[in-house]
Amino acid sequence: MSEASDTVLTTQDGRPLKASLRKALRREKLRAFLLIAPLLLFVIVTFVLPIADMLLRSVENSIVEETLPKTVQALASWDPTSGKLPDEAVFAALAADLKVAVKEKTHTRLGSRLNYEQTGMSSLFRKTGRHVKKMKEGPYKEQFLEVDKDWGDLDVWQTLKRFSPPYTAGYYLAAVDAQQTPDGIQMKPEDQRVYLLLFGRTLFLSIVITVSCLVLGYPIAFILAALPLRTSNLLMILVLLPFWTSLLVRTSAWKVLLQQQGVINDFLVWIGVVSNTDRLVMINNQTGTIIAMTHILLPFMILPLYSVMKTISPSYVRAAKSLGATDWTAFWRVYFPQSVPGIGAGAVLVFILAIGYYITPELVGGTSGIFISNRIAYHISSSLNWGLGAALGTMLLAAVLILFIVYDKIVGIDNVKLG
Amino acid sequence: MKLKTAILAGSALALFSTAALAKDMTVVSWGGAYQASQKAAYTDPYVKMHPDINVIWDESSAEAVAKLRAMNEAGNITWDLVDVVASDAIRLCDEGLAMPIDPDKDLAAAPDGTPASEDFGDLLVSECFIPQIVYSTTFGYRTDVAEWNGKTPDDICDVFDLKTFPGKRSLEKRPINNMEWALLCDGVPKDEVYNVLETEEGQARAFAKLDTIKDQVVWWSAGAETPQLLADKEVVIGSTYNGRLFSLIEEQKQPVAMLWDAQVFDLDGWIIPTGLPEDRLAMVKDFVKFATDTQRLADQAKYISYGPARKSSAPLVGKHATLGIDMAPHMPTDPANAKNTFLYNYEWWADYRDDIDAKFQAWLAK
Repeated sequence: MSEASDTVLTTQDGRPLKASLRKALRREKLRAFLLIAPLLLFVIVTFVLPIADMLLRSVENSIVEETLPKTVQALASWDPTSGKLPDEAVFAALAADLKVAVKEKTHTRLGSRLNYEQTGMSSLFRKTGRHVKKMKEGPYKEQFLEVDKDWGDLDVWQTLKRFSPPYTAGYYLAAVDAQQTPDGIQMKPEDQRVYLLLFGRTLFLSIVITVSCLVLGYPIAFILAALPLRTSNLLMILVLLPFWTSLLVRTSAWKVLLQQQGVINDFLVWIGVVSNTDRLVMINNQTGTIIAMTHILLPFMILPLYSVMKTISPSYVRAAKSLGATDWTAFWRVYFPQSVPGIGAGAVLVFILAIGYYITPELVGGTSGIFISNRIAYHISSSLNWGLGAALGTMLLAAVLILFIVYDKIVGIDNVKLG
Repeated sequence: MKLKTAILAGSALALFSTAALAKDMTVVSWGGAYQASQKAAYTDPYVKMHPDINVIWDESSAEAVAKLRAMNEAGNITWDLVDVVASDAIRLCDEGLAMPIDPDKDLAAAPDGTPASEDFGDLLVSECFIPQIVYSTTFGYRTDVAEWNGKTPDDICDVFDLKTFPGKRSLEKRPINNMEWALLCDGVPKDEVYNVLETEEGQARAFAKLDTIKDQVVWWSAGAETPQLLADKEVVIGSTYNGRLFSLIEEQKQPVAMLWDAQVFDLDGWIIPTGLPEDRLAMVKDFVKFATDTQRLADQAKYISYGPARKSSAPLVGKHATLGIDMAPHMPTDPANAKNTFLYNYEWWADYRDDIDAKFQAWLAK
């Protein structure tokens, strides 16, 4: 009689089939993993780590504690709302810290950092750094006040205390036009608020650009999908050609076309639609940004639309018509619903590209057509306020993710097709 | 196998020998005509004297501060010498990214023996900064505007006078210079400008003055934009660097003239990054000593209309290398052009830059 072990299927070399299969599968999996490992590593190094670094930078603030360790410690017992300056012990700690900082040349760096929070810190630290070496033992408070009377300013000490912890929410507050004051979180004065306005404008313009891409792109994709392959391929080249042209070239071309002494205005003046004295202003404002970016992002709308429409069988529309539908009903009730996945894919693609656009708004946007990304670039490359730049970038990323989730909830992400 | 060894040995030898032959020196500058003038006046003659040095140009000066900071964080400085404007040099020095220099030890003395610190004088605005040229931000205007009825602007405040001089203007998209000009034309005496600008009311005053022309302004961020806008008749008057206007007027022969009134002087020069290894530092220091001597600075003025930073270079400024015109009258420092100049206060802007820039951007966005 056969024993239980005989019922287990074995391979030719006598090992259980299950184990053998598992082993083979594991090898397959390992091989598959090894194959994608380079890509995975690439994505981690160039995408995940930089984003993590950005998140960290937007809250990181160890520079104060590192440069002035003793002062931060001494300040812990000082009450910033007391209305009195810190006592002599704090000034003595500051003198000791600054002597070290000057030797390592880190005091001016701290000054630039704190100058983002309060005007005048930069020169206060530079100036004090020059004098601190010559300071004598014993009461330091008077000596500091003698070097710069700003050391007697309560605001200076409050700022120092507020930014002494190694992590800060200050950058995020600044990114929403707010600030921490001794009386809690408050909005910045009217004349310094700009980021919320820019976030709003970026969203608004991105939506306008997405809609105009859709309005312009849908008929083109429709015709491309309906035409015989030979003709549609030829026309496709016309869609792709600008797509392959440098972004800068296309943006500059719009400058030539749209400016007040440009081709379009010249033509309009020539045919007498506008008079020579009030030529249209179509560039260096929102109009310029919308026109140029719609043109640049149009292929990203047409291509997914086209590939989805290509899969819609013409027999559906024919069937609808044979059942008595008008052209419009057949399109609207039968064709259009089937093209929605393409609209979803195109719209998400265009919108996400638009929201982070930088170079085109910078060149043709003037002052009313610039995006939040232009300010991020400014803080990264010009003002060197990387913390604020990172906070703005993180918020932009979060905004995109939230919109993505909202889109998923309303339309459904599985309803997006690239072809 | 043999072949492989041979190839390996050969390439190793080749690598070794090139390393021994040529030393690379990476110099960062602005590109364009300015970099070309530096190449002609400084590096070409230097390489002729030192054939073992290979100069590599990097056109990154515009974002040099951010890039140097990133390099410093990554612990890998690939630049040997960086050309920056004075305000950036001060920031790099503050951040500890530029090396302090000793002018009298590291720079050549004037031919008559005047030490470098005296020859450069108060242009040594930071202990890390080695000045090369004085340039100015000033205005150019079209000479063929019919609406002006033959009048030409000769005063900075004509920029704000839309009645007499209608038409679009171009101004730089930053507060520096614009705020000062606005206050000057709002009746603030020259030596009071920064005191007034320090106060909230003063800033409001400057913005109010700028408001009067705001809807007629095209804002630029690259120095090449104003010349292009002037050439296209997009604007009738605009600010930019004087060298850009020189090439627009003298090289491209456009109907544009200079409005030198209240030109704002600024400086451009070298900084040496901190943390260079000994051998590279020695090479760079040797080059800088050569490139900033009296004759070299005067030579640069043959190619571009920026004034040499040394007092001793001024008498040596000659004619343009290709146009053959006298360069002295095109220099911002020429007495005829420098009747009314404005000195840009670096230290003040280092403090107020973040604050006023936030306000300026908010004002622009409105």
